[in-house]
Amino acid sequence: MGSVVALDTLLQERRIWRGQQDLPPTTRQPTGHSGLDAVLPAGGWQAAAVNELLLPTLGSGELQLLWPTLARLTLAGERVVLVGPPAIPFPAAWLMAGVTLSQLSIIRATGSDALWAAEQCLRSGSCGAVVSWPERANDRALRRLQVAADSGQTLAFVCRPQKEAVNSSPAAVRLLLELRPPQLRILKCRGGLAPAKPIHFSGWH
Amino acid sequence: MRWACILFPQLALDAVLRRRDDPQAPLVLLSGPLQRRVLQAVNPSAQALGLRRGQTLTVARALVEHFDCEEYQPQQVEHWQQFLAAWGYRFSSHVSLDFPRALLLEVESSLSLFGPWPRFEQRLREELQALGFQHRIVLAPNALAARILANVADGLAVDEAQLPQRLGSLPISRCGFAPEVASAFAGMGLRRLEQVHALPRASVAKRFSRAVLEHIDRLHGHLPQALDCYRPPDHFHGRIEFNFDVESSTALLFPLRRLTADLASFLAGRDCGVQRFLLLLEHRGGTATEVRVGLLSAEREPEMLFELARGRLEPVQLVAPVQALSLQAQDLPRFVPAAAELFTERPQQSLGWEQLRERLRARLGDEAVGGIAAQADHRPERAWSELGQGTRVSGAQVPRPGWLLSDPQPLSDFFPRVLAGPERIESGWWDGADVRRDYYLIETADGRRAWVFHPAGKPDQFWVHGWFA
Repeated sequence: MGSVVALDTLLQERRIWRGQQDLPPTTRQPTGHSGLDAVLPAGGWQAAAVNELLLPTLGSGELQLLWPTLARLTLAGERVVLVGPPAIPFPAAWLMAGVTLSQLSIIRATGSDALWAAEQCLRSGSCGAVVSWPERANDRALRRLQVAADSGQTLAFVCRPQKEAVNSSPAAVRLLLELRPPQLRILKCRGGLAPAKPIHFSGWH
Repeated sequence: MRWACILFPQLALDAVLRRRDDPQAPLVLLSGPLQRRVLQAVNPSAQALGLRRGQTLTVARALVEHFDCEEYQPQQVEHWQQFLAAWGYRFSSHVSLDFPRALLLEVESSLSLFGPWPRFEQRLREELQALGFQHRIVLAPNALAARILANVADGLAVDEAQLPQRLGSLPISRCGFAPEVASAFAGMGLRRLEQVHALPRASVAKRFSRAVLEHIDRLHGHLPQALDCYRPPDHFHGRIEFNFDVESSTALLFPLRRLTADLASFLAGRDCGVQRFLLLLEHRGGTATEVRVGLLSAEREPEMLFELARGRLEPVQLVAPVQALSLQAQDLPRFVPAAAELFTERPQQSLGWEQLRERLRARLGDEAVGGIAAQADHRPERAWSELGQGTRVSGAQVPRPGWLLSDPQPLSDFFPRVLAGPERIESGWWDGADVRRDYYLIETADGRRAWVFHPAGKPDQFWVHGWFA
């Protein structure tokens, strides 16, 4: 060892990677499911970032997972945008879940148009949350969404097929929904280690 | 009263220059008969080459090899003067076009909103700079004095106390007298207006017509000056003609930006917005391609108008080269600015939802952005609508799926577990879309919950109509 280096200077030069980064103070976005909130480091969804939901197929409980958040945001007067939903949101059920339908906007777009629309909505900063169902979103497209969510300070959800779980993703939170047994696996969560154990999750069982 | 005179020393030239890509290129405007073309106006770079106003084209060609020529069009000058009046109307309710190439604004009543005068003047200059018009601005207690002082000065602000002295130092030739009167004064050895003032009024009245003394009295504000009030038109029409053929829509973007900016400043002057406008791409032979731009609510932001028009223009395939681009807006509804939060929670609330929605519609199509509303109907396919207020529906007692399939699909699962049902939905015999179905809530083998039905009386085939998700 030639010389003694002060720890502070090393840290300031950013030559040392610190495992536990301090989370930037953002508004908390609780998921509405206490079991999930307890294990997620931010105490809920990552605000101003992409939260990725990996679904086996249509109807795997994604709405049960999202509805409390969407209901809370629309009730607070925020706009929620669905970009390219896979089916028609049935008003009776959405109303039952507490979502204010007048604050809900639906953009019918496919392919690159859907990604563009989602990015525009996120970047504008005029939406409370943007939920998108991109058909083929590669790493680069997700990264764009991530940057857009950050610059617009908007909560973003991206629903993708389960088979994408093996590919890496820039999303801040990745959740894998499983049907049998009904449970949630946290594949990645920014600001903490992902718990190895799946969380029991079921809206109706 | 305080009158501001904005004089446009080279209005015809500016009107041409502002639609050219390179305003620095030497340019002259020509007038006169074909046999004897005369340079009517010359831009600074052409002037630097030695071209002067009043030269014949033959002389100019002999002096300089390369310069651009355009026709001098008096009706264009008139058009742009009207446009500038519409622009000025946003700053003052009393705008007058009585003097050629000049705009007179009564500004004392506007000062409380835009003032004080130095800041107001700065704003006028900035906007005119952005619109691309050379100008001189003078403020004086009466309209005629403002106009006459603008002949010799720029940026002058005169009050009542300074006015006699300022007017007195004016050369006779620049005082707005008729040419024979000015030359008569010059012949009498009078060079400045103060020398005329020193003469006994009776002798001036004897030697000259009544108009001369009245002119002097109006200059000092002793006599009122009657001015027409400008009234803005109810529609906007802007047109840019190219002196070459444009074959790609991207080359139209620069003139389009000018047109939408002009439209926006016109709208700001009239305090209204635009909801629909028409872009006409004029081809050879009088044919034109129409591009309609429609908005959901009235807008007048220049950036937004440009971006929306651009979104509609870019997908257009040009069938023939374009010779001129024009923008017409007939319907100008009242503009109500959106109420914005004073203390926004998000740092970059840069784009409101209305603007965002217009941007999305411009690219994805008018139908792409919608909402969802509940309708009071038992038939699932009629229980929702894309737009509108929707009817108030009491909360469903029976569970309904979150996702509804637009087309029911045959159920491929052979051993579903029935959780609830049947629920008979029978309705619509009166409007031709008769429905008689038995609905079940089932759990499929892979653990999902589906809302399935079979037509009443035919229990052999199940159809999936929705998924509980």
